Amino acid sequence: MTLGTDTMTSNITGEPILKVEHLSMKFGGLMAINDFSFEAKRGEITALIGPNGAGKTTVFNCITGFYKPTMGMITLTQKRGEHHLLERLRDFEITKIAKVSRTFQNIRLFSGLTVLENLLVAQHNALMRASGYTILGLLGFPTYRKASQAAVDKARYWLEKADLVDRADDPAGDLPYGAQRRLEIIRAMCTEPELLCLDEPAAGLNPRESAALNTLLHSIRDEGVSILLIEHDMSVVMEISDHVVVLEYGQKISDGTPDHVKNDPKVIAAYLGVEDDEVEEIAEKLDEGTV
Amino acid sequence: MTQSSASENLMGKALKEALFAGATAFGLFLLYVGIETYQNINNQLVWRTRWGMLAIFVVIAAVSRFLMVAFIVPHLDRRKLAKAKSGILEISDEKSFFHKHFLKIALFALVIYPMVSVMLAGTQGSLKYVDNFGIQILIYVMLAWGLNIVVGLAGLLDLGYVAFYAVGAYSYALLSEHFGLSFWVLLPLSGILAAFWGIILGFPVLRLRGDYLAIVTLAFGEIIRLVLINWTAVTKGTFGISGIPKASVFGIWSFDIGAANNFTKAFGLPMSSAYYKIFLFYLILALCMLTAYVTIKLRRMPIGRAWEALREDEIACRSLGINTVTTKLTAFAIGAMFGGFAGAFFATRQGFVSPESFVFLESAVILAIVVLGGMGSLTGIAIAAVVMVGGTELLREMEFLKHVFGPDFTPELYRMLLFGLAMIIVMVFKPRGFVGSREPTAFLKERKAVSGSFTKEGHG
Amino acid sequence: MEYFIQQLANGLTLGSIYGLIAIGYTMVYGIIGMINFAHGDIFMLGGFAALIVFLIVTSFFAGVPVALMLLIMLVVAMLMTSLWNWTIERVAYRPLRGSFRLAPLITAIGMSIVLSNFIQVTQGPRNKPIPALVSDVYHFGAITISLKQIIIVVVTAVLLTIFWYIVNKTPLGRAQRATEQDRKMAALLGVDVDRTISITFVMGAALAAVAGTMYLMYYGVASFNDGFIPGVKAFTAAVLGGIGSLPGAVLGGLLIGLIESLWSAYFTIAYKDVATFALLAFVLIFKPTGILGRPEVEKV
Repeated sequence: MTLGTDTMTSNITGEPILKVEHLSMKFGGLMAINDFSFEAKRGEITALIGPNGAGKTTVFNCITGFYKPTMGMITLTQKRGEHHLLERLRDFEITKIAKVSRTFQNIRLFSGLTVLENLLVAQHNALMRASGYTILGLLGFPTYRKASQAAVDKARYWLEKADLVDRADDPAGDLPYGAQRRLEIIRAMCTEPELLCLDEPAAGLNPRESAALNTLLHSIRDEGVSILLIEHDMSVVMEISDHVVVLEYGQKISDGTPDHVKNDPKVIAAYLGVEDDEVEEIAEKLDEGTV
Repeated sequence: MTQSSASENLMGKALKEALFAGATAFGLFLLYVGIETYQNINNQLVWRTRWGMLAIFVVIAAVSRFLMVAFIVPHLDRRKLAKAKSGILEISDEKSFFHKHFLKIALFALVIYPMVSVMLAGTQGSLKYVDNFGIQILIYVMLAWGLNIVVGLAGLLDLGYVAFYAVGAYSYALLSEHFGLSFWVLLPLSGILAAFWGIILGFPVLRLRGDYLAIVTLAFGEIIRLVLINWTAVTKGTFGISGIPKASVFGIWSFDIGAANNFTKAFGLPMSSAYYKIFLFYLILALCMLTAYVTIKLRRMPIGRAWEALREDEIACRSLGINTVTTKLTAFAIGAMFGGFAGAFFATRQGFVSPESFVFLESAVILAIVVLGGMGSLTGIAIAAVVMVGGTELLREMEFLKHVFGPDFTPELYRMLLFGLAMIIVMVFKPRGFVGSREPTAFLKERKAVSGSFTKEGHG
Repeated sequence: MEYFIQQLANGLTLGSIYGLIAIGYTMVYGIIGMINFAHGDIFMLGGFAALIVFLIVTSFFAGVPVALMLLIMLVVAMLMTSLWNWTIERVAYRPLRGSFRLAPLITAIGMSIVLSNFIQVTQGPRNKPIPALVSDVYHFGAITISLKQIIIVVVTAVLLTIFWYIVNKTPLGRAQRATEQDRKMAALLGVDVDRTISITFVMGAALAAVAGTMYLMYYGVASFNDGFIPGVKAFTAAVLGGIGSLPGAVLGGLLIGLIESLWSAYFTIAYKDVATFALLAFVLIFKPTGILGRPEVEKV
């Protein structure tokens, strides 16, 4: 019944940006992720879905370096063709060197800094270089002044995309929930990532905020940035993603286009929580077109 | 009708609470105030009662509780209610306008302060004001501004800051003694050495978080002090190092009495140590301004923003590609460097250093000034230093209290007691310090202060 | 070998005292996440209460049996410090609960300054010596163990047992643990959180008073600034053992007592505190949450 990885990869066309191979993560005796492999393609929105506790966030944390995987290889291929083995980089280097940026399930903004400052902090490494690691900047060299103006311009560009320009000078902690989500996403974008990882970006949003989020995500994809997102809300996923990977109990159970996944009996079983033998029944019913 | 019964109720409640407070005070102070232990002529420990004193304590507790419950709390509630009803925002443009001018006025006052004290109190009489108040307060301002980088901006709780102050002071004392280097060479060197120690001590411990970091920094502070006490071959132990040379005016004029280029002689002024103190006052003022300038500049640089971001959320920092270890280290090192500058200044001002000056209490006082002032706010911290240090210094001057409490009364004894009480009272009523809001480092349209309720205080 | 055992006994005695104080730190930290800097001074207050009671009782009744005398001292000291710590929590810490993390720390440091200066002002700055309470000494070969040491270790062991029972087996202990885990949830489930926290402060203070009395009996002298050094060492012990953990506090206390006496015996007495603090830094670098502390899981 298990769908092999090989059979699926043959369907994929285009260049992969992220390749996760045989990823396993053990917490004490618990196997949170078990031999998990998938690929995300450049320029696409890839969704990682699964029921609560399936291990989605753990996969995310392995990719973004917050956990060191027990086993497995995570390869990121950049536009210029450089390869980076993410499991060997430290967490901040994954953003700095490999150009993978992320958001968090529980929004992590710098709530006491203004919205604009949040976006400037995200451009830390670029500004650090421009300020000659603080020394030239302290001495008043013009390179830093120019760079900081450019940083503000970039922040403004993203603020416009996220419809947050009017709130730029307010503390981030003062924004409504949906705006905080968008801010966290554009803050990640300010690090100039090639791959943006979003951990449940739609969780807790009302329909209007959800729509604003979708617009933002599409405009990010149009910039040529690939997106990997976690969601357990199927409806959101189906609407925006190009490619869906389904995880249950730390293992991949399905992988393909939204339509393919939607009709996969294993996925339906996982989401409805039916017994194994009922899966067959559902599959039959699906074929009949009654569900 | 209802109003009078409500106020009767209130009075009854206040009376009850006052009785309770009095009873508690009686219990608390019965042994410690009601009984006095002292050594008699045979050197034996004996005791006598002090019922009168105990009664005073009990009455004060009861009466103040009564006033609190019956009048002060209802009054504050009414005021809060009125404020909420009127709906006026607390931060208005008018305030920030005053704020800007306040800084200029304060700086101007500081610059003319020594001259005014000379004019008002005479050359010799100005010593007290320039040295005991001016220099003393400015040293604490500088130390607190230095620690502010570590605690206020980067959110790293450092309970051993005085160690870097000690490193600076001993660097100056030892290097000038053994190598005869001048103050102007050793001032930067002391800062660099302190920063170097900051990095050495910081490196292993900066991955610790919150209170663990606090206790390890406290431990390092104590280790440095204990080494200073026990490494007698170099530091002369508790005797300390004396005869530390005075600073000169950039090597042009000296303040040594015998020197040919003596400052007072060069200007034909009457001999007085007051000129040296005035010089020192401007020196520490300049050092403070340097600290403030660097802090303000750094806050607008990526490193300073990274510090504040670190205070707000370390994990988010790492997700944005910020190397948190080097970011913390730079905060630690730069904070330590200013501590080192202040230490070198302290050594040259005193002419004497000993481990006594670098006890934990000093770290606690500096930290208290930072928190009482409002973490991150230079103005607030300066105000806190003036209030706390100036206030307790003032107590030394209160000779008239002797006439009130009798000749045995030494106001100095109560200095730290009052300092501690002030710390508690300020924190209970203003937990975010005098200045709770934060000035943003960049703005798109207008600069708006960030209310203290949004800023975090760091976990590491 | 005898020398070593002798030092072991001395270290154990000292360690017991540190352990008793450390429990107060660790419990308060566990329940409200605050470093109660004034706890060392509560210990000092306990010692002073015992000293004053001793003076009063001996001046009225000359031949009080030692056991009774000690009992009176312990009870009065415990009552005194309990009242003090209860009041301090009520007046200075409770208004700050849930506010900004550094505020209670600063208040506690302020309280520590207030307490030691209060005693300095009311009782004078000089050391207060009392005649030896217990002077019996037992010889085992070359090893000398005093009755004082035995009393200290036994009292500590008995109190720890009682304490362990309270925390693990009684409804009060359950309330404490619940408050420690999640204060809001505990309150929703009917735990009187304020009362539980107050009792925790009282319990910590009572143990500090025992430590203070033992300290007075052991060294025969009390001073207003006695609170700081033992306080910092006990806090170090609590962190070393893993702050928040009761057995950790005792273990840390014993460890520090042992290091201190062994270091003084075999190396130089001058650097004994340096050794203690260096050990703390060393342990934390390799085990950032202390010996018995639960590892902190970084929630992302």
